[in-house]
Amino acid sequence: MQATKFRRTGRAALAACAAVAMTAALAQVSAVDEIAKYRAALQDGNPAELWEARGEDLWKAPRGPKNVSFATCDLGQGPGVVKGAYAQLPRYFTDADRVMDLETRLVHCMVTQQGYSQADAMKGPFGGPGTKSDIEALVAYVTSQSRGVKMNVPLAHAREKEAYALGEKMFVYRGGTHDFSCATCHGEDGKRIRLQDLPNLMTVAGAQKAYTTWPAYRVSQGELRTFQWRLNDCFRQQRFPELIFTSEASIALTMYLARNANGAAFDAPAIKR
Amino acid sequence: MRKHFLLWGCVGVFAAAVVGCATAQSDVDVSRQAAAVLKSSFKANGQAGLDRLDQDETQRLCTQYANKPLPKDVAEMIEKLNTASIKWPADGKMQGDWKNGEKIAQEGRGKQYSDDPKGPVGGNCYACHQLTPQEVSYGTIGPSLYQFAKLRGYSDETRKYAYGKIWNADAYSACSNMPRFGHSQILTEQQVKDLVALLTDPDSPVNK
Repeated sequence: MQATKFRRTGRAALAACAAVAMTAALAQVSAVDEIAKYRAALQDGNPAELWEARGEDLWKAPRGPKNVSFATCDLGQGPGVVKGAYAQLPRYFTDADRVMDLETRLVHCMVTQQGYSQADAMKGPFGGPGTKSDIEALVAYVTSQSRGVKMNVPLAHAREKEAYALGEKMFVYRGGTHDFSCATCHGEDGKRIRLQDLPNLMTVAGAQKAYTTWPAYRVSQGELRTFQWRLNDCFRQQRFPELIFTSEASIALTMYLARNANGAAFDAPAIKR
Repeated sequence: MRKHFLLWGCVGVFAAAVVGCATAQSDVDVSRQAAAVLKSSFKANGQAGLDRLDQDETQRLCTQYANKPLPKDVAEMIEKLNTASIKWPADGKMQGDWKNGEKIAQEGRGKQYSDDPKGPVGGNCYACHQLTPQEVSYGTIGPSLYQFAKLRGYSDETRKYAYGKIWNADAYSACSNMPRFGHSQILTEQQVKDLVALLTDPDSPVNK
């Protein structure tokens, strides 16, 4: 059934692509329309479900040197509670004495409860051709359990406020060979890069629309991509050096964007081109 | 550079003294902390070293005023600083080959850590600008450059403006979104000339 669904999606996508090719000579607006149709066709079946299913198995299975599951892992809503947890992350965790996003918290549980070394828990944060990432699958599962839940990221603890303020500053930090900051591409309404629409992440509406649709299955990459990946790849294109997985800056920027998305219903894992 | 560091050290000390035990951190403190946290959150990869996080005067000022109106005197200072850095061609010729210019405008690779350091480096102009009417996949972060010289005139002034703007956009508009392609050694002098040709040659499709 799943396969049929994918074939149907593939055919629709192909048809949309052919349509795009045929209208290339026509006005710009119609090319954008056809790409919108292609994106709509993609919504029909989302392979992110495969990552969600694998992540659920990983969440429930005993793992690591201590052979325990994530049942004792507290994502902020109590040990083992997954439902709605992602909609309230990042947040400050007393036991770790730091603000953590989901990926950082998963690594924390793998180290403190399952007995992995820090290095092993941090291994393979992003999948690639021929390599599967357990973190991506776990993220797919946990985030899927917040679908439809309103974003409600807390800003009560002093450290949460600090992370938000730092993320806000980092968002406009210019650097690199090209003088780019996050705001270069994501600081104005109605802009696009080539034909890709760019959300204005400095507005509530823009942050809500963008943040609630990550993680996402990227059709062009055949991979489920997490928010840590999204930040990492933005900085690559900014010509910055490589953002370290679960680094303090990555958490601060996530806090800034997630908090700005408060009030919107979370709607991921999504599917994107 | 050293003077600049000293000055900021003093500002920091002064800000810390003023804030003292107040609960709210000053804006300057948060900015300094953000810069420090950024530096500990990246690793060098390929051609992208950690020095890419070090800001020059222009980047520092544009970051400082990112969320507030840029004061006129600061804008003028940035433009003056960047105007002085433009290296005009020794032979006085601004215009190269528009066909090469079109390739450079299309090329998005270059300077990313994922790019081959020996591979092509482009301007990626279409990411942000409309240029030739044949290319429908163009971005809108920058203005349309279609009919650039047809509208401005096929003159030395137009060519000089195009060359200077591509070399260092901040010389004309402080804190522009546009990279300083010549100044920051992204493109070579010849590549800048070829892009000038794409914009100003009467035979270029941009001017059709």
